[in-house]
Amino acid sequence: MDLSFLQISPGRALAPAVDWLNAHFHGVFAAIGRGVEAALSALEFVLLVLPAPAVIAIAALAVFFLIGWRLAVLIAACLGFVLLMGLWRETMQAIALVTVAVILSVAIAFPLGVLAARRPKVEAVLRPVLDIMQTVPPWVYLIPAVMIFGLGRVPAIMATIIYGIPPMLRLTTLAFRQVPVAFRELGAAIGASPRAVLFRIEIPTAMPTLLVGLNQCILLSLAMVVLAGLVGAGGLGAEVTRGLTRMEMGLGLRAGLAIVAVALLMDRLSRGILQQGRDKGGKS
Amino acid sequence: MNESRAEVLVDCQSLWKIFGDKTEAAIRAVSERGATKADVLQQFNCVVGVSGASLQVRRGEIFCIMGLSGSGKSTLIRMLNRLIDPSLGKVLVKGEDLSRLDTARLREMRARHIGMVFQSVALLPNRTVLENAGFGLEVQGVPRAERNAAARASLAKVGLSEWLDRYPSELSGGMQQRVGLARALTSDPEIILMDEPFSALDPLIRRQLQDEFRQLTKELGKSAVFITHDLDEAIRIGDRIAIMKDGAIIQTGTAEEIILNPADQYVADFVAGISRVHLVKAHSVMIPVAEFRHQHPDIALDTLPAAAPDADVAALIGQITEAAQGAVAVVDQGQAVGVITMRNLLLSLREAPAAQGGDHG
Ligand SMILES: Nc1ncnc2c1ncn2[C@@H]1O[C@H](COP(=O)(O)OP(=O)(O)O)[C@@H](O)[C@H]1O
Ligand SMILES: [Mg+2]
Repeated sequence: MDLSFLQISPGRALAPAVDWLNAHFHGVFAAIGRGVEAALSALEFVLLVLPAPAVIAIAALAVFFLIGWRLAVLIAACLGFVLLMGLWRETMQAIALVTVAVILSVAIAFPLGVLAARRPKVEAVLRPVLDIMQTVPPWVYLIPAVMIFGLGRVPAIMATIIYGIPPMLRLTTLAFRQVPVAFRELGAAIGASPRAVLFRIEIPTAMPTLLVGLNQCILLSLAMVVLAGLVGAGGLGAEVTRGLTRMEMGLGLRAGLAIVAVALLMDRLSRGILQQGRDKGGKS
Repeated sequence: MNESRAEVLVDCQSLWKIFGDKTEAAIRAVSERGATKADVLQQFNCVVGVSGASLQVRRGEIFCIMGLSGSGKSTLIRMLNRLIDPSLGKVLVKGEDLSRLDTARLREMRARHIGMVFQSVALLPNRTVLENAGFGLEVQGVPRAERNAAARASLAKVGLSEWLDRYPSELSGGMQQRVGLARALTSDPEIILMDEPFSALDPLIRRQLQDEFRQLTKELGKSAVFITHDLDEAIRIGDRIAIMKDGAIIQTGTAEEIILNPADQYVADFVAGISRVHLVKAHSVMIPVAEFRHQHPDIALDTLPAAAPDADVAALIGQITEAAQGAVAVVDQGQAVGVITMRNLLLSLREAPAAQGGDHG
């Protein structure tokens, strides 16, 4: 495939489009930006208001009671590691960024994924769009995002969302396709409303696959958040960028290892929840 | 008989279901010029799932629909609760035309009056046996305590009281299907639709479930439409049986009627291997009293042992071999209505040549 085509020609068409959007919908974008900023700040505040050891203890205890001791130990180890590295604040910022980005990705991808599973035409339209979203190199998203939202955390989140949507959307569609016909028939036969069918039959049945999608969405978002350090999003990405631009091997390495720790933490945590869902559902 | 006077709960009148792209033209061809299944396939490239099926299910009756795979049974039963909309024809449930119900009323009809049990059971894997059995009430918004009580009661009826907190994956196939039945019973519907519920089970378990199902349905006074591809099962369970072939019902009647008077060669071949000794009853074997008197003027009727009109051939064989005169009187409400001789009995066991005439279907 000729990727250079994708990068050059649409860019020429896209730049005026972005300008036009900026000119006419500035208010909308500003409002979105403020909302995202507020959510981020709130989450960061929660993560940073307590001293780090207290946060680690709370997280480990919660995981211990909800999932199991192995995962609790792992979580404590990962968080303890970043604390010792002296990157606590940056790590919490990165976690806040990823969390907000994932929530927004899911909020967009889930309904679209369900719609695509129900209407083949919607899926036919979405599929090429998703293909493009996944093939374009991720930092390319940063350019229009910065053009619209300026530098900072908001464009980083926007680019991250765009990157996180495709896996979540695809797996949502797959998950809903996999719900056995007999279950939907059961819903109709007992006189369930479409809402009851969605919430009591389809979502619970689709849950394992949905959680796989969530896991992928989280990991891809984390990768993107690191990249977003380039546009001043702060957090661990900023440290990596700093290490890179100043050629500070030590800083770059520390930040890199902290990112690995966060990735490990988020991956295992979402898998732990996934496993929990499976166990509850029996071995079927 | 009793059942013929009972209220008709489900009445379907010349139902058609046509699948394909050009169904409208196909339906017009059927209704205006009586096109057949073959015509429809050839001219419109549409598959006819059900063609011109009519049946009546009465209160308290178990109505079996028997046919080979692809004969349209699943399509037909799904039109009885409008999971599938008929292309042509009408379904009346408790006197109400299903096609005229709006979404809310149709949902209520399904929730309260028509239960359904599936071949695939369709138990939700993330719910316990108790939660599955109460699922119908749950989606109707019945409070937890109330629906759990109802679910417990119906699970007790199918013998699963010890398994309430297990998950479906921990149960055997037979037990899962019992949960499916309990789920249908929990909402206390008058009519239960069963689409080959026992087809995937081992023969032994299957037999047990057939007997339990029949007993339970009769005890609770429910009506059921029961689909099967197995004639033995239909005979064991059904009060009446409809035989389907290529989307059409080719004969409806009791097992006895179908065996004694198969509508065509197809039905005759089907019933050929079925043992008659428990199916054929005294009233279809006996000869009129006058005829017996004429043949045997020397034998006094009141010296013969008496049998009921619905005594089966197995019982009659027992009685007649004990009787000195080699004959049994059939007595209904103190009146001799006919006589059965050894010769009549032997004739009843001989398989009738197919399509010997007579009225059926
Ligand atoms: N949704 C459908 N689209 C097209 N053809 C169908 C559909 N459902 C059933 N059929 C066809 O209708 C016929 C009857 O099917 P079905 O009612 O499932 O039979 P049975 O339950 O007796 O095995 C079959 O030829 C089948 O291929
Ligand atoms: Mg079928």
